[in-house]
Amino acid sequence: MRSRSIRSAAAAALAGTVALTAAACSTPSGGKGGASGAQDSAVVGIAYEPESLSPLLGYGKDGNSKIFDGLLTHDADMKLKPALAAKLPEVSDDGRTYTYTLRDGVTFSDGKPFTADDVVFTYETILDEKTNNASKAELDALEKVEKKDARTVVFHLKYPYAPFAERTVLPIAPQHIAGKQDINHGSFTTAPIGTGPYILTKWSKGEKLTFKANPHYWGGAPKVKNFTMAIIKDDDVRATRLRSGDLDGAILPPNLAATFKSDQDKKSLAAKTFDYRTVTLPTANKVTGDKAVRRALDIAVDRKAMVDGILDGAGKPAYGPVPTDSPWFAKGTERAHDLKKAEQILDDAGWKKGDNGIRAKDGQPASFKLWYLAGDKLRQEHALAFASDAKKAGVEVKVESGPWEAIMPNMKTDAVLAGGGSPADPDFDQYLLLHSSLAGDGFNNMSRYDNPKVDKALVDARRTDDKAARKAGYDTVQRELVDDPAYVFLTHIDHLYVVKDRWKDLTTQVEPHDHGLASGPWWNVEDWQPAA
Amino acid sequence: MARMTGRRALFAVPVLLAVTLGVFAVAAAAPFDPVRAYAGTAGLTASQANLDQIRHNLGVDQPLLGRWWHWLTGALTGDLGDSATLRAPVSQVIGERIGWSVLLCALAFVIAIVVGTLLGVLAARRPGSMLDRAVTSAAYTLEAAPPFWLGLLAVWLFALKLGVLPAGGLTDTGSGIATAGQVARHVVLPALVLAVSQLPWFVLYVRQGVGDALEEDPVRGARARGLSERTVLFQHALRSGLLPVLTLVGSRVPELITGALLVESVFSWPGIAAATVDAATSVDFPLLAALTVLATIAVLIGNLLSDLLYGLADPRVGFDG
Repeated sequence: MRSRSIRSAAAAALAGTVALTAAACSTPSGGKGGASGAQDSAVVGIAYEPESLSPLLGYGKDGNSKIFDGLLTHDADMKLKPALAAKLPEVSDDGRTYTYTLRDGVTFSDGKPFTADDVVFTYETILDEKTNNASKAELDALEKVEKKDARTVVFHLKYPYAPFAERTVLPIAPQHIAGKQDINHGSFTTAPIGTGPYILTKWSKGEKLTFKANPHYWGGAPKVKNFTMAIIKDDDVRATRLRSGDLDGAILPPNLAATFKSDQDKKSLAAKTFDYRTVTLPTANKVTGDKAVRRALDIAVDRKAMVDGILDGAGKPAYGPVPTDSPWFAKGTERAHDLKKAEQILDDAGWKKGDNGIRAKDGQPASFKLWYLAGDKLRQEHALAFASDAKKAGVEVKVESGPWEAIMPNMKTDAVLAGGGSPADPDFDQYLLLHSSLAGDGFNNMSRYDNPKVDKALVDARRTDDKAARKAGYDTVQRELVDDPAYVFLTHIDHLYVVKDRWKDLTTQVEPHDHGLASGPWWNVEDWQPAA
Repeated sequence: MARMTGRRALFAVPVLLAVTLGVFAVAAAAPFDPVRAYAGTAGLTASQANLDQIRHNLGVDQPLLGRWWHWLTGALTGDLGDSATLRAPVSQVIGERIGWSVLLCALAFVIAIVVGTLLGVLAARRPGSMLDRAVTSAAYTLEAAPPFWLGLLAVWLFALKLGVLPAGGLTDTGSGIATAGQVARHVVLPALVLAVSQLPWFVLYVRQGVGDALEEDPVRGARARGLSERTVLFQHALRSGLLPVLTLVGSRVPELITGALLVESVFSWPGIAAATVDAATSVDFPLLAALTVLATIAVLIGNLLSDLLYGLADPRVGFDG
């Protein structure tokens, strides 16, 4: 009898668990997915999951969201082209008014028409201080958005800002849905409705996002009918699932991408990027604040060796935020690795070598701390390589790692191995990195660089619409960085993707530092055509 | 039995209050900045004014006690607040995920208990035999193997080399619907790995318990009375040998939760564990507090369950605690 009571208690416990499980299992947010065929579906593995899919909170702000469209978008060469706007904007002569004519006959995926009200709603909501959008400073130049008529929207700027049109790639949200709920936490943040080529069918957080083609897309229905982004944070697991045939493509670090080289049915794509790694040189530090030390470090580093050794060749040396193959790069500002000259500069400036090989000047040893983000292997390797190169010139760099919380309080006096990069316009990187008004403002201008000539060139270049004048401005900035380096830029890093050989003519765009959902060969999945 | 359950439930109230207050206090003292976590990479270029505004909007500039009280009174009326990191109501976040975690853990737990008990009894029957040595040393090896590593090993073997089971996810990656058949296929590997990672403790405890019981007078008496070996083993030795295992059932619950955390991440299982890590590192107060309450309740229920089972199995113990 007693054994029976054990058994019944165990059975009861088990039944309870099962009931609880069954009850809880019915909750995942529903949605209809299509059965996947071989030719019309694609599954890719990505490392990063967005917190929200609401453009009002910053999703897709750099364009190229699959669910939404912006007024403008980028083509393969990162040139602006019309999307929800019928043509490129008309800019007034003073550069402060941008007028957009909207495309006719566009509907959101729920069938409701897209109108000028949606555009005004989107921009006004992002600028609203109650909206938790951390990127709203990017619209700093915007004073107000005005609906002129049903098909015309006018943006008024506080000051002339040449790259403003680049900001209007941000996705347009439907007022009739998002306007009726809590902007920060409502269901629109996880179940968005847009005008884009794909409709989100389900977002299983931590696992995947599934999309189906929008049959009424104004740009034509995509050939890839079902598209899935599997979220796999671990690099090894992503590579394993690609190998097992579960994924059609994935982003991989260089060492894992290399293991697919001999695969017959897969090809590797290396996306060129603006993604740089750099060492900040805080001006408040007695060592890194000395111009001679900055110049010496800038030529003491062996950038080529870093590209070959750390990046396995997938990248290129960086001499500033602008990559050497960009049209905005100032030719002639490349610096060769020149240890002798570096030592000469330090000798001339009075930094004399002591017995231990470390230089010193007026009792101040040439030594400083360099932080990198703990757990980031790429940054760690860059930091160690930089320290070893500096040591050869007699400068001691003490490398230390920690989370941003530990690094932030020390950024004023300690160097940091930082990363960044935004390809859309040179203003986006350079103004934030170099303008003295942003010295020490959050992660902007971490070196607290202050160079009046650079300040003036930056402001002039953002206020004029004349391409040649802008180029001249950014050339000045880059030349100035040779004589008075604000940072030691090390490398620009290629992003590597391995994809099954099932589609024709896959391409990649030039990518920013932050590679979210939109980057990779699937930047234009709506245009993919099956290989015969 | 009912009295003990009632008393424990009553006792749970102050425990839960203290735990949630503790969560808020520890999180407030942590160096993590919730606003920076919320802003993510966008925060790296955000202006200080923008970040301060978000800090105010999220309410994290309020004093600790005020925030806790606000959360608590909200929770009592059924409003668990909004998760800052996942940009959605906490109840929705938990609702979408907890079922899959419970399914995974329950399966793993049942497998671990059943298989562990079986192997333990087999090993105890002939101490020092080949089988005993094999099982015991395997158990000790597994005890040292991290679930994460076991998971990768399982993916390599079953998904890659043999190609018999899916490598991860809740359903086939290309499919949008969660059918029972697909979930059943996908749950096999993560549940087995989690079960195997819990197995050694049950095996070793049962082996020890049953082994000791076999040496005790009642068992020897039973043998002397000529009862069959089966009856002796299962009716006598197993019952008294099982007592420590019953305590183990409850105390393994926290371990099961940590194990699930690693297993879920290896298999991209959309459970609650990943959310817990995110909530902790980004100081997502509402989500963190709710998840901690859940974990605490799970541990309290685990303890209650093991005490109840213990009482049922051994009447000398009773239900007075």
